[in-house]
Amino acid sequence: MARDMSDIDILKMELAQLQKEVNTKREPISKTAKETIDFVEALSAEDPLIKGVPEDKNPYKEKGGCIVT
Amino acid sequence: MAEKAEMEKLKKEADALRTQIEAARKAVADTNMADAASGVAPAPRVQLKTRKTLKGHLAKIYAMHWSTDARQMVSASQDGKLLIWDSYTGNKVNAVPLKSSWVMTCGFAPSGNLVASGGLDNMCTVYNIKTPAVKTLRELDAHTGYLSCCRFLSDNEIITASGDTTCCLWDLETGKQKIIYTNHVGDCMTLALSGDMNTFISGACDSMAKLWDVRDGGCKQSFIGHTSDINAIAYFPNNNAVITGSDDCTCKMYDLRADQEVIEYNDGSMKAGVTSLTLSVSGRLMFAGYDDFNCNIWDTLKGEKVGVLSGHDNRVSCTGVPADGMGVCTGSWDSFLKIWN
Repeated sequence: MARDMSDIDILKMELAQLQKEVNTKREPISKTAKETIDFVEALSAEDPLIKGVPEDKNPYKEKGGCIVT
Repeated sequence: MAEKAEMEKLKKEADALRTQIEAARKAVADTNMADAASGVAPAPRVQLKTRKTLKGHLAKIYAMHWSTDARQMVSASQDGKLLIWDSYTGNKVNAVPLKSSWVMTCGFAPSGNLVASGGLDNMCTVYNIKTPAVKTLRELDAHTGYLSCCRFLSDNEIITASGDTTCCLWDLETGKQKIIYTNHVGDCMTLALSGDMNTFISGACDSMAKLWDVRDGGCKQSFIGHTSDINAIAYFPNNNAVITGSDDCTCKMYDLRADQEVIEYNDGSMKAGVTSLTLSVSGRLMFAGYDDFNCNIWDTLKGEKVGVLSGHDNRVSCTGVPADGMGVCTGSWDSFLKIWN
């Protein structure tokens, strides 16, 4: 772990990681963002926190009748 | 000295690679998320009400996690207990007394059979909650720093994140470490599993988020941009993006295939660090808990604040949306959990 490593070993570890990451394949944001947007739009209409939860279907609503005092 | 010269050489090489990587990222940054979403209709103003307030803990709540059944949840408090709740009735289904009250995290196994917790004891303790009396199944003891987060892959494997800067995959049959994920240079504060459980992401005090291959132990991608500790992290529901929350008071979305930040959630007036975050099932809404007692609701595509959950009297330390997306739970240092929709 980084806690037990000497400063020079940490630098070597960071360098090795950067050498790997330089080769990462990167796709244009215009393409990836559009796919994310399409994904969200397809699901938003049915997202309970966006469309709302009808009173009678709300699993968390307080059940039970009135309290008669 | 030779070592000082070698360190200078390594630093120079590393900086050159960082510059190269930033140039490669810039080359594919032909837009950002907010601009790409400019044609999307704004999310409606979101007004959620508290439907349940779960009372039972006697001290600050530090963590909560929904069961995959979307009905039960587990919460952890420094009163030294894990409580398992039925969110529909508000009743406590089980209570697990902890050996150490300095708990920082809890997790529910996908099967619903096990829960886990850990904290300043540096251990992850796994409990079977289906036996007539709760039984300690395993004490996973090898981290040399606090346990900040734990997530089950199954009843046989769990991944932990630690203040010792590593994450770890454990075999629950043997109680031993299978893989140690080493690459962060600051305390690991949070982790999240991908939907297919082949990868996971971690956030740390080195201000970076990292993507890991669960099976080969390698760090595949590193995301920069935050200027302070990352306390919260989640996969976007399509598993192609990651959202992080930080002590720098912002949240960010990192796109995994573009390998960079594509939007920041920050309205300029934010002065409180982000402690927790969760997403609605479509991913459109992000609920972020802050040090200033509020939970802000963000439109993830446009980067705008669309609502607030106010009701807690202290820091919102944890949040979660169940798998069916029917509500959002917030847990607080005020000792209460609230469920909203």
